[in-house]
Amino acid sequence: MNADQEMRWSVEELRLTFKSGKTRSVGWRKTQLRAILRLIHENEDTLFQLLKSELGKHPVESYRNEIGVVKKSADRALNCIEKWMSPKKGRLPLVFFPASRKVLPEPLGVVLIIGSWNFPISLTLDPLIGAISAGNTVVLKPSELSPNCASFLANILPSYLDPKAVKVIEGGREVSNQLLQYKWDKIFFTGSTKVGKIVMAAAANNLTPVTLELGGKCPAIFDFLSNSDLKVAAKRVASGKWGPCAGQACIGIDYILVEQKFASTLIEQLKKTIKKFYGDDAKNLKNLLKIINKGHFDRLRSFLEDPAVANCIVYGGSFDDTRLIIEPTILLDPPLDAEIMTEEIFGPLLPIITMDKIEESIEFINSKPKPLALYAFTKSENFKKRILAETSSGSVTFNDTMIQFLCDDLPFGGVGQSGIGRYHGKYSFDTFSHEKAVLERSFYFELEPRHPPWSNFKLQFLRLVYNYDYVGMLLLLLGLKRPSNS
Amino acid sequence: MIKFYRRYPSITHRQHRSFSDLSSNSRFHLPIDIDYTMASEEQAKNSTAPATFDAEAADCLMKELRSTFLDGKTKSYEWRSSQLKSLLKMLEDSDKQICDALFSDLSKPEMEAYIHEIAMIKSSCKLALKKLKDWMKPEKTKTNLGTFPSSAEIVPEPLGVVLIISAWNYPLLLSVDPVIGAIAAGNAVVLKPSELAPAMSSLLAKLLGKYLDSSAIKVVEGAVPETSALLEQKWDKIFYTGNGRVARVVMAAAANNLTPVVLELGGKSPVLVDSNIDLTVTARRILSGKWGCNNGQACVAPDYIITTKQYAPVLIDSLKHNLVKFFGEDPMNSPDLSRVGHSRHFARLKKLLDDDKISGKIIHGGQTDKSNLKIAPTIVLDAPEDSLIMSEEIFGPLLPIVTVEKIEDGIEFINSRPKPLAAYLFTNTKQLKEEFVSNISAGGVVINDVTLHLMVDTLPFGGVGESGTGAYHGKFSFDAFSHKKAVLYRGFFGDAPARYPPYTPGKLRLLKALLDGSLFGIIRALFGFS
Repeated sequence: MNADQEMRWSVEELRLTFKSGKTRSVGWRKTQLRAILRLIHENEDTLFQLLKSELGKHPVESYRNEIGVVKKSADRALNCIEKWMSPKKGRLPLVFFPASRKVLPEPLGVVLIIGSWNFPISLTLDPLIGAISAGNTVVLKPSELSPNCASFLANILPSYLDPKAVKVIEGGREVSNQLLQYKWDKIFFTGSTKVGKIVMAAAANNLTPVTLELGGKCPAIFDFLSNSDLKVAAKRVASGKWGPCAGQACIGIDYILVEQKFASTLIEQLKKTIKKFYGDDAKNLKNLLKIINKGHFDRLRSFLEDPAVANCIVYGGSFDDTRLIIEPTILLDPPLDAEIMTEEIFGPLLPIITMDKIEESIEFINSKPKPLALYAFTKSENFKKRILAETSSGSVTFNDTMIQFLCDDLPFGGVGQSGIGRYHGKYSFDTFSHEKAVLERSFYFELEPRHPPWSNFKLQFLRLVYNYDYVGMLLLLLGLKRPSNS
Repeated sequence: MIKFYRRYPSITHRQHRSFSDLSSNSRFHLPIDIDYTMASEEQAKNSTAPATFDAEAADCLMKELRSTFLDGKTKSYEWRSSQLKSLLKMLEDSDKQICDALFSDLSKPEMEAYIHEIAMIKSSCKLALKKLKDWMKPEKTKTNLGTFPSSAEIVPEPLGVVLIISAWNYPLLLSVDPVIGAIAAGNAVVLKPSELAPAMSSLLAKLLGKYLDSSAIKVVEGAVPETSALLEQKWDKIFYTGNGRVARVVMAAAANNLTPVVLELGGKSPVLVDSNIDLTVTARRILSGKWGCNNGQACVAPDYIITTKQYAPVLIDSLKHNLVKFFGEDPMNSPDLSRVGHSRHFARLKKLLDDDKISGKIIHGGQTDKSNLKIAPTIVLDAPEDSLIMSEEIFGPLLPIVTVEKIEDGIEFINSRPKPLAAYLFTNTKQLKEEFVSNISAGGVVINDVTLHLMVDTLPFGGVGESGTGAYHGKFSFDAFSHKKAVLYRGFFGDAPARYPPYTPGKLRLLKALLDGSLFGIIRALFGFS
């Protein structure tokens, strides 16, 4: 069997498993979720080592952004799954009597999850938790740019999860293209906008619904803050920019907007914070991840090739080709038409754009595609209201960064170019479910006017039905109300 | 893209262009059947369509709407509510014109026009008006220990400028119902009514232009070229009602701009009929749902029946008997039956009837009248699975009955086919009901009735798989056209040092406890225990 035939056979096996009904039982789903918890618990050290060697992540970062996230997600799903699976019942107007209605969530079927390289564990296992809780069978396609993590998942998952229901398929672009030709009941993709379009176009061939978790340029608005607040804010900005994967995160801060007169104070505080977090020896930076590969490294370096941009560097700017590490770099007012201000940076370069009044930041943000996350550091309630009402983004976080990711009750997803759909917590369950409307009636109490042949009486009666005019209906039936001719 | 520049073909109710088979691998090339004819002079005179609506016109349209949206006008409660009120007034003032247009396009009886279109849309509008304030309110949500102290909420916001492409069979309902959702959610809207119901298309252009804010809500009439021009634009949402072939084209066009879509499609909605039922009530409900709904031309109309070999004769008898009661001995001349929508559709249905594979299996009806576009209510018994009538969505007055040995076999039969928009079961047996509801995947399921779930605005209406993606009606309409923005509020107090480098084992312990949400764990970690 060649590779393509093997893949097809795997997917076919998943379809048969789904058809057998096994994945629908709450027992099966809970077993899988517990297995995921055991997997990360028993392999925590291996995962720490893997993420350190592949991406340079410190265990704290690995736990905070990957292992801890998966654990929290699986715990939540285990606790809530019965509630999520139960039908939502409700009342009906009297005209339907006797009847009952409910909305029943059901699995979609066989789903494809395409992960990303920057958070190779959480961005595969977290959607997987959603897909399993909802009762689907799954193909997981981890990113080939973090191949060791991909191999780890491919090797370890079959010994914890039901191998006939969850499969890992490794490979690069060719494998992804092949997988996209098949008919899926859902595709969940995390990655770039460019590939998101390709995924959706392929999905269109089979009318497959998609969730696309993409990216964009996530802005951080910086209003005037007191010194003590500024210190906290600077730490949060630094950890929101260089903390997650050295800026290679979809919700990492892309650029900052600040009033001219406040810019230098902010930059000074940021410099202090960077030195504290990462050290000031450019050749020996600590706690900072490397860039994933040479291609991305060169891409980031090319942002600074334009002298007009390079001249704006106010901190950092050194590139270590051997270790693929870029120093946390701050630029002040690079040209707005430079690539660094038009493309998603996805790296440790931080442009700061100044303006006369901070309120201008709203118009600035609106001139660009809707971002996945918008951050605003401000204590002005009015300004917060304006930001909420006048900008659009996947999410908004006031006075912090990244942390909205931990809130399971908040939907996590983009809008416009930053994505379609959402997940986390119950939203993960919903994203992999179909909400089926169910109406049950009885044979009693037939409303004759609903059947032909039509007459004025029936028309009048049904007008009253639609207005829920029960008194009118009764009067009409008793002959105490004459049918009008209109 | 090939650009078509030609006069909008004001089309008579009999001669239409319609979609032929989809051409493959084109970027998004809407299928086109080029045998159309220019309409009568009178219709051309009455047409409100512009001379051409090409890519340039679409660009201008989009610019205007985007500017309106960015001004912020459509976001206010006052604007949304005023538009909905005007819409309601429009419906109240225009009852007669609407009925006339529906009769002209589809020979729709006044009763059907009222109960399936006018009354439903008024109801939808009134609900939106009543609930709008509630729907617009942010929803407070919980936060956890990991983000303490914080507060969170979900804020609904409009998507922006949306495109609604409607269908011909319920040309008022399927155009205006999504528009209600789009307006309630605060968007600017373009409505593209179906050209296959030209009287209603024209009327909608006139009425919406008169009653609603035309700087934010526009109607673009036209057919394939106009739709293609619209699909080239960058929308914030596309809402399409129609068939699966065109839906693929719409979704492919949407993919270019990462535009989210709602696709309200169709499929073969089965009716499984047990023997443990009230026969008369069952037969009448099926008949009303099939022939009383635009003569079978409805996305949720019963497509085919499955029953046991043993019960089939009993059921068929009752169906025939009640058909006569509903539509008389001569249903071709009954005023209570809509005609077939247009000539191309008539030809398709005729082809299903003329299929060799079902010759000898037509047990009731089968008469056709091409000049009046009428087909009699027709029942076909045990058409082979590979016959045309059993392979494609019928969307017309033909009702195949499939017989099985045991009623449970019906469930497997249904599951071996693409997921339908609706699935119906008639039975008094509890176990069969439970099995049906759990094991049949469909957009919606109704037990002991048909199509009625559309009238329950607390139930989401939409398909799954081939029958569609997304849902609407009631609050689901508002949600379909909104983005639910997650908002987290934090202060500067309460900063966990464990978040920041330099990292230490102590910080790792604390972080684990924080993410676990365990207060005890946090205390232990703070005191240095793991």
